[in-house]
Amino acid sequence: MSEAPVKKGKRKFELDPRLASYKGVWVFVEHERGQVHPVSWELMGEGRKLADMLGVELAGVVMGAPGEETRRFCNEAFYHGADLCYLMQDEILKDYRNEPFTKGLTDLVNAHEPEILLLGATTQGRDLAGSVATTLKTGLTADCTGLTIDPDNRSLAATRPTFGGSLLCTIVTLNYRPQMATVRPRVMAMPERDASRTGRIVEQPLGMVESSIITKVLEFIPDANQDKPQLAFADIIVAGGKGMKRPENFQLIWDLAKVLGAEVGASRPVVQAGWVDLERQVGQSGKTVRPKLYIAAGISGAIQHRVGMSDSDCIIAINNDPNAPIFEFATYGIVGNAMTILPALTESFRQALATAKKAG
Amino acid sequence: MHIVVCIKQVPDSAQIRVHPVTNTIMRQGVPAIINPYDLFALEEALRLKDKHGGTVTVLTMGPPQAEGALRKALSYGADDAILITDRAFAGADTLATSFALAAAIRQIRKNMPVDMVFTGKQTIDGDTAQVGPGVAKRLDFQLLTYVSKVSSVLPEQGQIVVERRAEGGVQLLKSKLPCLITILEGNNEMRFATMPNMFRAARHAVKVWDREAAGITDEDIVKIGLKGSPTVVSKVFAPTPHTEPAEMIEVESGHPKDIADTVLAKMFTRFPAVAKEIAKRA
Ligand SMILES: Cc1cc2nc3c(=O)[nH]c(=O)nc-3n(C[C@H](O)[C@H](O)[C@H](O)COP(=O)(O)OP(=O)(O)OC[C@H]3O[C@@H](n4cnc5c(N)ncnc54)[C@H](O)[C@@H]3O)c2cc1C
Ligand SMILES: Cc1cc2nc3c(=O)[nH]c(=O)nc-3n(C[C@H](O)[C@H](O)[C@H](O)COP(=O)(O)OP(=O)(O)OC[C@H]3O[C@@H](n4cnc5c(N)ncnc54)[C@H](O)[C@@H]3O)c2cc1C
Repeated sequence: MSEAPVKKGKRKFELDPRLASYKGVWVFVEHERGQVHPVSWELMGEGRKLADMLGVELAGVVMGAPGEETRRFCNEAFYHGADLCYLMQDEILKDYRNEPFTKGLTDLVNAHEPEILLLGATTQGRDLAGSVATTLKTGLTADCTGLTIDPDNRSLAATRPTFGGSLLCTIVTLNYRPQMATVRPRVMAMPERDASRTGRIVEQPLGMVESSIITKVLEFIPDANQDKPQLAFADIIVAGGKGMKRPENFQLIWDLAKVLGAEVGASRPVVQAGWVDLERQVGQSGKTVRPKLYIAAGISGAIQHRVGMSDSDCIIAINNDPNAPIFEFATYGIVGNAMTILPALTESFRQALATAKKAG
Repeated sequence: MHIVVCIKQVPDSAQIRVHPVTNTIMRQGVPAIINPYDLFALEEALRLKDKHGGTVTVLTMGPPQAEGALRKALSYGADDAILITDRAFAGADTLATSFALAAAIRQIRKNMPVDMVFTGKQTIDGDTAQVGPGVAKRLDFQLLTYVSKVSSVLPEQGQIVVERRAEGGVQLLKSKLPCLITILEGNNEMRFATMPNMFRAARHAVKVWDREAAGITDEDIVKIGLKGSPTVVSKVFAPTPHTEPAEMIEVESGHPKDIADTVLAKMFTRFPAVAKEIAKRA
């Protein structure tokens, strides 16, 4: 596809009548260790919009070991917008493994024929999506940042960044069903949770025996969470770029973050220079974040950085170059030396916190 | 032990420029490199070969120039190299790519059984991470993705144990050969090409297979290239800056503290949610 001439998606198009029976939007509900990955609910919010545009139902797909947990996940799916859930319960599905999950999801799709299937672009979602798209012989668009329905032909138009984010491309899967897409965490907004919503559950068995499954999970070693930055879910992020000049100066970023109870983020050159670890990189090849407040100091605002953070509610940018691209999309711009502005901000926030504390 | 490593030649993305008027990629003069993620896969394969003996074959699908990537891989120590190239492959998406690569691997197996196929985690151009899973399913190999470490291989027993990066932790997986492994970046470093390997690479006859040689029948032409690709690019465009430019904070005194106080006051008024978030921390 990369070298091919761009085909025009707008040309007249008739869906193969054999595919007309494919109806409905599905979201795969990913979970690990009793926790649903937030990306599944973000997708549920997006799936709700697509289903409404198409006038069809939105379904969650829950696969796991039998028990109270999977029921709870189904209910959560309803609270986040699903009309129904396809539930597959089997001890074999206790831990994520490619083989049984691929078979289970493939069977569900073949039995109930959704027109759209969405998964998170996580290690689990990408592993499963790439496999299921192959067993179903259908198209899969990776790492989408925008999903909508083309009103001309009711097909899914999936937009994703290309060439390091400098361009976007819209991909359609015309004559194949389901149309599949993965979306990175934090790209879509989290929908409101409404605990009064209900839905119906459709159960289907997996139909496999453990002895037929070759790959076994010997152990799961959870990450030591204490020192692992949870950048993607932080509400406040203070980020520094190459404009901080020296690793010692980066301490000013940490100081402000500490006062704010914020996570520290960074641009790629800072990570490459080894000032902070890779977990903290924001952008195209790092994390996508959408905090309430993003403070960027000494960051130029290159497109590859921008795609990872431009959905923040409020962005304060500090840069000594009045023409820095970051001022084209930040909320507030401060032209000045980060080394003097940062300590001033730290002090102002400290005072604001003290005032808030007094006020109770 | 025979490991096939799939590598892709990609444009060095650091040097790609987009034409400011036509919004097309300017490829001229952009050097082609081996997809950086694939080097971790190749190095891992070479390490296993150092330990257990055996053969490492590199495989790529691409235009004739992709031979350059294979020669580079040979200079690092790969034993054999296969390029599948044919007009019919052009325009492939990941479904069509995995079909062609799997067909070629079946051809390779005819000469020597394949124990493992390695791929990179993803490429830097298409960047989908979908080809590895696709090839595994088509070959009916066990699929082990995001592997940070091959802990042990017992080629005789056909057993393998790997560490796989999962969400929130690491899975220790026990599986069987043949399998396809997508290797995570950063856990090894590509060795230097040695003089003898560089000479060998220059002389080595890279096998060049067209569609038929890759084992793809006339009937299966619809499964490769543009025809075999369900996904269609309908539009390429530059991101429109839907945001307004920043409100610039300027104060008469020019004093940093006054600037800081001003921005906070403005922000707390316009973004009560931020004010609330900060009050939570008081
Ligand atoms: C394929 C690809 C993927 C990439 N992925 C990412 C990614 O995930 N994340 C990412 O961030 N980048 C990524 N990049 C790199 C990106 O293109 C930019 O190079 C990078 O974001 C620039 O980082 P920076 O803003 O810190 O540095 P620079 O662009 O060097 O900017 C430094 C800024 O600091 C300002 N400055 C200098 N001194 C001061 C001072 N005293 N006070 C205040 N301001 C000062 C300068 O005016 C300048 O604007 C990627 C690139 C490619 C090709
Ligand atoms: C901007 C852009 C966006 C695209 N988006 C999509 C999309 O959303 N969905 C889709 O189906 N296709 C998409 N494609 C097409 C896709 O890039 C091609 O099918 C490509 O041949 C393989 O996909 P990849 O580059 O994403 O590889 P990945 O799946 O990211 O590659 C994983 C590994 O597979 C191996 N590998 C990949 N390609 C080859 C090869 N040619 N030869 C040998 N080994 C290989 C390498 O080991 C690599 O590390 C896109 C292409 C471009 C240029």
